[in-house]
Amino acid sequence: MTKYLLKRLVMVVITIWIVITITFALMHSVPGNPFATENKNIPPIVYENLLKKYGLDKPYSEQYVMYLKNIIRGDFGDSMKSDTETVNEMIGRGFPVSARLGVQALLIALIFGPALGAIAALFQNKGPDYIAMIISIIGVSVPSFLLGAFLIQFIASNIEWIPIGGWGEFRHTILPSFALALMPLAQTARLMRSSMLEILGQDYIKTARSKGISKTAVIIKHAVRNAILPIVSILGTTVSNLLVGSFVIEKIFGIPGLGMFFTTSVFNRDYTLIMGVTVFYAIILVTALLVVDIAYMLVDPRIRLTKEGR
Amino acid sequence: MSKKLLVLMSIFLVVVILFTGCTSPADDTSGEPEDTTEGTKDTGEKKILRTNNSSEPGSLDPPLAQGTHESWILTNVFEGLMTYDENGEMVYGMAEDYEVSEDGLTYTFTIRDGVTWTNGDPVTAHDFEFSWKRALDPELAADYAHQLYYIKGGEAYNSGEGSRDDVGVTALDDKTLEVTLESPTAYFAELTAFYTYFPVNKNVVESNPDWAKNAETHVSNGPFKLVEWKHNDQILIEKNEDYYNADKIKLDGVDFDILEDQNTAWQKYSGGEYDLLVDVPTSVVYQLQQQENPELRIGEQVGTYYYNVNPDVKPFNNVKIRKALSMALDRETIVTDITQGGQIPAEGVVPLGLKDENGNDFRDGVGNLIEYDPEGAKALLDEGLAEEGMTLEEFNNNGYVLLYNTSESHKKIAQAAQEMWRTALGIEIGLENVEFQVKLDREKSGDYDISRAGWIGDYMDPMTILDLWWSESAFNDVNYNNPEYDALILESKSTNDQNIRMENMRQAERMLMEDMPVISVYFYTQPYVQKPNVEGIYKVPIRYPGITYADITE
Repeated sequence: MTKYLLKRLVMVVITIWIVITITFALMHSVPGNPFATENKNIPPIVYENLLKKYGLDKPYSEQYVMYLKNIIRGDFGDSMKSDTETVNEMIGRGFPVSARLGVQALLIALIFGPALGAIAALFQNKGPDYIAMIISIIGVSVPSFLLGAFLIQFIASNIEWIPIGGWGEFRHTILPSFALALMPLAQTARLMRSSMLEILGQDYIKTARSKGISKTAVIIKHAVRNAILPIVSILGTTVSNLLVGSFVIEKIFGIPGLGMFFTTSVFNRDYTLIMGVTVFYAIILVTALLVVDIAYMLVDPRIRLTKEGR
Repeated sequence: MSKKLLVLMSIFLVVVILFTGCTSPADDTSGEPEDTTEGTKDTGEKKILRTNNSSEPGSLDPPLAQGTHESWILTNVFEGLMTYDENGEMVYGMAEDYEVSEDGLTYTFTIRDGVTWTNGDPVTAHDFEFSWKRALDPELAADYAHQLYYIKGGEAYNSGEGSRDDVGVTALDDKTLEVTLESPTAYFAELTAFYTYFPVNKNVVESNPDWAKNAETHVSNGPFKLVEWKHNDQILIEKNEDYYNADKIKLDGVDFDILEDQNTAWQKYSGGEYDLLVDVPTSVVYQLQQQENPELRIGEQVGTYYYNVNPDVKPFNNVKIRKALSMALDRETIVTDITQGGQIPAEGVVPLGLKDENGNDFRDGVGNLIEYDPEGAKALLDEGLAEEGMTLEEFNNNGYVLLYNTSESHKKIAQAAQEMWRTALGIEIGLENVEFQVKLDREKSGDYDISRAGWIGDYMDPMTILDLWWSESAFNDVNYNNPEYDALILESKSTNDQNIRMENMRQAERMLMEDMPVISVYFYTQPYVQKPNVEGIYKVPIRYPGITYADITE
């Protein structure tokens, strides 16, 4: 187990290094610079000064080595669009906000998604099944900017207590959490439905029923427990996506989170911030995937990570 | 439920808590802002103007400001030597008087008595000397340093060639600031109202380089002071009781949200959560105009929307072709049916609102230099094509493209232009949208046929736009090179005689429209909405709507 973990950790480091290298190459190959704005351009002298200030006048190889050195020390550098916060500060400020929404959305998705899926499976091709699947089709297909605008227009504008946008109290988080949750909710519902259907047809379920165990007990003890496994396997990406926030949702609801930076940094060519959020996301993602693999092993006795287990 | 499932769930929760927990310092500030948001709304006696600043400022240190996200806040918390009064007129600010030498090269400003910083220090001439030299420091790399190149030695210092000591700004004593210019600049006094010229407190900046990073250590000298800055969320400013003109300031404070989404901001305004909103969605502006809603104001703005025509691409090197393109554009239709924000059809390149030597609008002295004449355009096009030895088929087969940066409104205007050119001239111009960074890059490298551009003025003088097309301008993307034009511009830049300057600039604009290196489309406006109980908002064309002297009545 320790050996396995060590191996995985080495892989994590290599993965992140690859991510850094590819991102670095990609972002510098895109035209543009961090200092241009739409209706303004800056004169050459000022531009040179800015390049010098952020070390962009040096050759790429030198910038790359510099960057790697800094990142080993955990320093993502200065944002080129903000003289107020460093990239570390921006991530440190934005992430808790996005993560809070993400956790709330995850809870909503994980409570209602599997439940919806299970109900649909139990009432296959009957009313509840259709309703559940309509909900999940809506969840998968409605883009979040539409959903966000819809929620603001019809819920926030009509219910005094629910704010239109902004951040601060619990009530600010309600609409964005639901908007974020709908997609994973729909996905988990569909997964749950199909795996439940598969399991309900298995012999051991029939055996359990024929032994005289009540239907409810069979469903809870045997069906649901096994059907939930595929959901665990998608949790890694779902959790990391939810934790780092969504650009669209954060923009529409005016949430000071991390999700915004993923898009705005690229648009602004804010090189340090692009690297910062990409590396940060990579770390979250590989960690989540590692945790999922370990968790999977714990939940499903059929999977063994090491040879000794077989 | 199985134990293993429970284990799984707890692992996830622990990981999630670990992730959120390890970066929690910022959480404390973002976690409990109830007291401020609610507090400002509930205290009935306090007059707080609520509005949206639409983007997070990159810095609230004046020379490091990059645009309107910063300047709207800065112009309320800082004040330069000159400033704007409640009618939007230029008046003395931190200066109580100034004198200009005979040759127009030396300005001597006297600092107003009793003006102080928000930390109690007096505002002195030394602060100005320090601030301007700091803004020109190549290591600070201020985006707007070039606004200070009028000062002798400014450009040399900023380019790293000259020294700080040679910059022509000196505090003779605490009250007297002497400024030497490179050449006479008629609008120099006005420039000192621009935010790059705002002073910073020398002692504060020297003792704490991070002074501008948070509200607690932020020191300013304007009508308001910064009290809270929650990044990407909210900025609160409060009346500065020690401001010399505090009696005239009626608001107790301003609450700026930082909300990027225009539609959400509009929902908040219409839901009564804002008293003023500047960045209004185009469709809403149109709707409000149709309803003749009195809350809508069309603010003046100094800015021109135009198309660059690449003179290196045949047949656009031919002036007749460029003129034909311009003459075929029905600008009236573009502003009434497409942009719909009260924009004004272009009459040249210099927008409305800039004064000439007699105090009249500069445009009145030049007149309308743009004509709409589809038939004339067609004739001109044919002539031009003949001169270039090109047939209409060849032109159409070459697949010329109008390049614009991705945006719904640029797209609609481009489509309209495409259609107008097709019907009037029988030519096919394709459309291509790219991200604005890519567009800038392609303009710089000359890789375009026609490209959309715009310019927003920085100061109230026609030079703010005419300067773009003298041959050595860094912004001359069409490489317009006309020695006569250059001579007119350079002479206007080196004299204080308004008669000569204005006459030169009138000639220059006529010359430019005769050569038509760019096709101007419309003059920008700045629509904004304000609730009926908000008073005293004024619009200086080069600034966001002024809220300094605003009042909220019951």
